[in-house]
Amino acid sequence: MKHLLKGIALGAALLSAQPAFSADRELLNTSYDIARELFAAYNEEFKDHWLEKTGETVEIKQSHAGSSKQAQAIIQGLKADVATFNQVTDINILHERGNLIPENWADRLPNNSSPYYSTMAFLVREGNPKNIQNWDDLVREDVDLVMPNPKTSGNARYTYLAALGYAQETYGDDQEKIDQFMSELLGNVKVFDSGGRGATTTFVERGIGDVLLTFESEVLNIADRFENGEYVPVTPEVSFLAEFPVTWIDEYVEQNGTEALAKEYLKHLYSEDAQRLLAGFNYRVHNETVKQENADRFPELKLKSIDEIAGGWDNAMETHFTSGGKLDQLQRRR
Amino acid sequence: MAAKHHRVGDQPWVRRILVGLALSITVILLVIPLVVIFYQALSAGWSTFTSNVLDEYTLHAIGLTLFVALLTVPLNLVFGTALAWSVTRFRFPGRKLLTTLIDIPFAVSPVVAGLLYLLLYGRNGWVGSWLGQYDIQLMFSWPGIVMVTVFVTSPFVARELIPLMQQQGSEEEEAGVVLGASGWRVFRKITLPNIKWALIYGVILTNARAMGEFGAVSVVSGNIRGQTNTLPLHVELLYQDYNIVGAFAAASLLAGIAILTLIAKAFVEWRQSRPEQPAPERGGV
Repeated sequence: MKHLLKGIALGAALLSAQPAFSADRELLNTSYDIARELFAAYNEEFKDHWLEKTGETVEIKQSHAGSSKQAQAIIQGLKADVATFNQVTDINILHERGNLIPENWADRLPNNSSPYYSTMAFLVREGNPKNIQNWDDLVREDVDLVMPNPKTSGNARYTYLAALGYAQETYGDDQEKIDQFMSELLGNVKVFDSGGRGATTTFVERGIGDVLLTFESEVLNIADRFENGEYVPVTPEVSFLAEFPVTWIDEYVEQNGTEALAKEYLKHLYSEDAQRLLAGFNYRVHNETVKQENADRFPELKLKSIDEIAGGWDNAMETHFTSGGKLDQLQRRR
Repeated sequence: MAAKHHRVGDQPWVRRILVGLALSITVILLVIPLVVIFYQALSAGWSTFTSNVLDEYTLHAIGLTLFVALLTVPLNLVFGTALAWSVTRFRFPGRKLLTTLIDIPFAVSPVVAGLLYLLLYGRNGWVGSWLGQYDIQLMFSWPGIVMVTVFVTSPFVARELIPLMQQQGSEEEEAGVVLGASGWRVFRKITLPNIKWALIYGVILTNARAMGEFGAVSVVSGNIRGQTNTLPLHVELLYQDYNIVGAFAAASLLAGIAILTLIAKAFVEWRQSRPEQPAPERGGV
């Protein structure tokens, strides 16, 4: 029994012990599930920056899961200093349900507090055999699509809204034609996976479908991964502005005494070095110099915001994605 | 008589088909996936495997998982034994109900269990908001992980002991009491030797589940790498990162634990089924 107690004490000591290089400061960043490598790289950049600026060393802890799950965890007491998400609605929840940040959080940093952004694009198979160039190619009868389910995945909601943006652009006020287009597009989807990575697996590993619809960053990632041209990225002319919002969490940075550190961690994302790093991970950025350096990888296109397409997120959720909403009606038409 | 009533297994070809079917299902559903785990883990060579296992965050995940099991197993050992003892040795109102309640963690999905703990002990929960005033945080740190693991694994020991203790009855213990032994002495010299193997069996099962639990832990962990990431969570994280080899390397550690568990379990079952040897040390009671 004595040995057991000693063992427990030792284990607890080991777990609570700081690493050998014990840092002066600590910061916890909660993020979405597929951003681990991105922030692992950015953390190194920021550590140097903070050391240069203040002379302090800082250790940055990372937490990654689906951003809705992360938002819930923060509300229930995960004392994260900053949230770096891929869904605006998940940060809104921190204000609405947790009252942890002010309502105007998006105005506190440039570009709606979204230091980088992406859009929805297509991935097609080697040589683009079905000649997919734009959204209207996706409703052809010989084309099979793969995307996640808009009911469960933010990624898929973005694709839905991007297609809607294109339809509005093309058919103007003709609601019947817009509905027709949307229902044909949804009808061409061969597999609705539950999440973005699942859809990628279906397309790449299982070899199903002609077109994968997902974030441009993911599309470029996969194309890079298979260097022999096995997969070709296609960016349509019109798409959706997918913002990647960030915020510090006022309530917790106050408790943790990390306010200045957390703010600098997010502000530094807008610096030229960080923007270059983000572009390297296939995200679009705002910095003009970096933009020009990467002009060939990120073709110019018309990006429509959520306000233009659906009159804000609350409206979009209510009109399109609730049970019995537009999405359900369109799928029933077929 | 025997000629009239053919049993299903009497025909040799029926027996062969049934055995063959059972074997192939076992191979397809159990053996092949297990082999694939090790195959994938080693697919990029031995050095990649070891570098994945010796990665700073993987090592921390292993340490945390062992630590959680180290706390969970003794807690549930004491809890399960006490529960089995009280249910089988005493009569009291609500005894039947208690026996049923033991099974709740088996009946509830682990994710639901995690959510229950989160809603109770989280920042906005009944207990959590009260503890928060004293700056005590249980969820999203190791105490929360231990709590849900204890919950999920609590029935194993009691479930092993209750049928055995019911079957054995309490005559030996009553004799001990009549002869003037203290309660502790009765437990140590009579009850414990009788239930020893069932107890070890329960501990093995508790340990295996404690190390492998995913759902409940995932809800309360907060997924902080190098802090609250257990081995099963780490496997998922690596997989999400497209680090397939790393994910399988971590998974192979869990599979290794599972295989060790099976071996230990087989050994205990073998010991349990052996006829009781006369125990010389009992003569001195």
